[in-house]
Amino acid sequence: MMHRFPLLLTLSALSIGIQGPSGDEILKRVDQNMFSQKKILLSRMVIHGRRETRTVESKSWQRGTNESYTEFLAPAREKGTKMLKLKDMLWEFSPSTDRTIMISGHMLRQSVMGSDLSYEDMMEDPHLPNLYSATVASSEVLNGRDCWVLDLKAKKEDIAYDHRQAWVDKERYVVLRENLYAKSGKLLKSVDVREVMHVQSHWLAKSVLYKDVLKEGEGTEFHIDSVTLDADIPDYIFSKAALRR
Amino acid sequence: MISFLLKGLLRDRSRSLFPLLTVLGGVVLTVFLNAWLNGAVSSLIQSTANYSTGHVRVMTKAYAKEADQIPNDLALLGIDTLMSALRHNYPDLLWTPRIKFGGLLDIPDEKGETRAQTPVGGLAVNLLTADSPERNILNIREAIIRGHVPQKHGEILVGEELAQKLRIQPGDTATLISSTMYGSMSVTNFVIAGTVRFGIAAMDKGSLIVDIADAQQALDMQHGAGEILGFFADDLYHEDRANTVTEDFNFRHSFTSGDTSKSEAVFAPIMGTLRAQSGLDDYLELVGQFSTIIIGVFVVAMSVVLWNAGLTGSLRRYGEIGIRLAIGEDKSHIYYSLLAESLMIGFIGSLLGTAIGLAVAYYGQVKGLDIGSVLKESTVMFPNVIRAQITPFTYVVGFLPGLVATFLGTAISGIGIYRRQTSELFKELEA
Repeated sequence: MMHRFPLLLTLSALSIGIQGPSGDEILKRVDQNMFSQKKILLSRMVIHGRRETRTVESKSWQRGTNESYTEFLAPAREKGTKMLKLKDMLWEFSPSTDRTIMISGHMLRQSVMGSDLSYEDMMEDPHLPNLYSATVASSEVLNGRDCWVLDLKAKKEDIAYDHRQAWVDKERYVVLRENLYAKSGKLLKSVDVREVMHVQSHWLAKSVLYKDVLKEGEGTEFHIDSVTLDADIPDYIFSKAALRR
Repeated sequence: MISFLLKGLLRDRSRSLFPLLTVLGGVVLTVFLNAWLNGAVSSLIQSTANYSTGHVRVMTKAYAKEADQIPNDLALLGIDTLMSALRHNYPDLLWTPRIKFGGLLDIPDEKGETRAQTPVGGLAVNLLTADSPERNILNIREAIIRGHVPQKHGEILVGEELAQKLRIQPGDTATLISSTMYGSMSVTNFVIAGTVRFGIAAMDKGSLIVDIADAQQALDMQHGAGEILGFFADDLYHEDRANTVTEDFNFRHSFTSGDTSKSEAVFAPIMGTLRAQSGLDDYLELVGQFSTIIIGVFVVAMSVVLWNAGLTGSLRRYGEIGIRLAIGEDKSHIYYSLLAESLMIGFIGSLLGTAIGLAVAYYGQVKGLDIGSVLKESTVMFPNVIRAQITPFTYVVGFLPGLVATFLGTAISGIGIYRRQTSELFKELEA
């Protein structure tokens, strides 16, 4: 009988180890891996519409979670269009009209450049732990990587996706797949990471397929061609005046 | 015989006045309602054709399935070739491309910041080409309230109510925020050339009219159009011809599996007639049935009234008929003379009723009835002022029912004559 206590203690300790980290802990680790304070991205969106495929190229400057500036470089029609996000405000500058339009209300639900991403998606706080509480639903192997499947439930009411399912790489803490759902339970979007890259100790998605399930077409591929983390970004970039420069 | 009966009717007004007034009232009502329904239906057809569907409409198959949502990403492309083919194959119709779109109209202040903004429904038509039929189809010159018809690219017309709401006037700049056919945000500046009022609530409260070339540029739809509308040159909808043209066009553009890709088949053009689109077919069917029911109810109700009038008349003329039977007049002869009387009353009542009904309908045709306040929130292409419309059928629509009702009423009430026994006549007369 006396021998049983150390055995039970050992089994209990082992079972905690087997259980692994909680959903919220995993989400925090994901956030730590994916987030960097300053970032400059060169990216391409390959939009597979019902009739044709278009490629939109852009350069983005991001500082923290509240400031983001994007300039579209191609195609010719979109070249010079700029977008600025400051906290919960979003503006788009159209060079052909020299007008800066604030994107608000129902316009936030519109697609960005015809892609499967909406302005609302761009406005979302990238720190998922701020928005969702997570639980581990299961473990799965996805594309040869061992993953946790997390169920994310929104902490707030006014949020685009009430709950999400996320497949998180157990080793790299990068999200490899996500399904985004409405409050009704209807699947709205799916996100599939096709390629990841290792940049300055961060594992980041390099190639992602976004699919708006409610939209016809084959989805939107998002490719990061280059990324500079902790870059020097001048303050003027994140001002409305920069839109007209 | 006829003049004898006529004299009787004129001299004994109690015999003719009530049935005459009944027939007259019923016929006036039938003629007026018929003219009113004609007016409402033809207004609906014309405004739906002019502002929405044309007499026939060509779209891609994919667009046609979701036409209510104006899916410009599924629009017709390369319309120049299609337009040439339509003009060549069906020269009796006028063909014109259109683009419908939604968006926001944004009015800047002096600093270029948003001063006012509202959702709008846009209609892009061929405004600037000299041979375009659109100015006449949309009746644009008459609809101008302020300013002028666009003379050059970049000029637009806005609904007068919309202009007042946004406090804009001709010469001001407005920015259209919409989305291209590929889904990108489209931001385009326009100069307001004028304001319009079409007298259709759905158009006036939030519409803007743009030249189609400007819309193609703004919405990234080069050589594209959401729809191509066909109009008969006389501005009247000819259903048989529309069906023939539609069948022929759809046959020419039908694909069999194997000779084309799935994508080509989805974006192949398809034609529909005015009636077959926008639920108008069901609506017109309903109106037709409603019209038949009105006439049916009128005949039945009047027959019942006149039957009662006939019974009352028979009671009042009990003695007269008895004497006529007593002096040897045949029952059938009396019955037929009563029917002849009723036909005369029906004829005169229907004639007078038609005349009065036509006069009232004519008044309704000239003055019209303004139902704008009822249609304030309507999205149906229905004119604010409904006018009665007198057609050749209106002249006869009340006449036959008027005759039939009086005839039926008398025919039923007069059957009592055959029940009277000659042997009882003198007893009855003594009493």
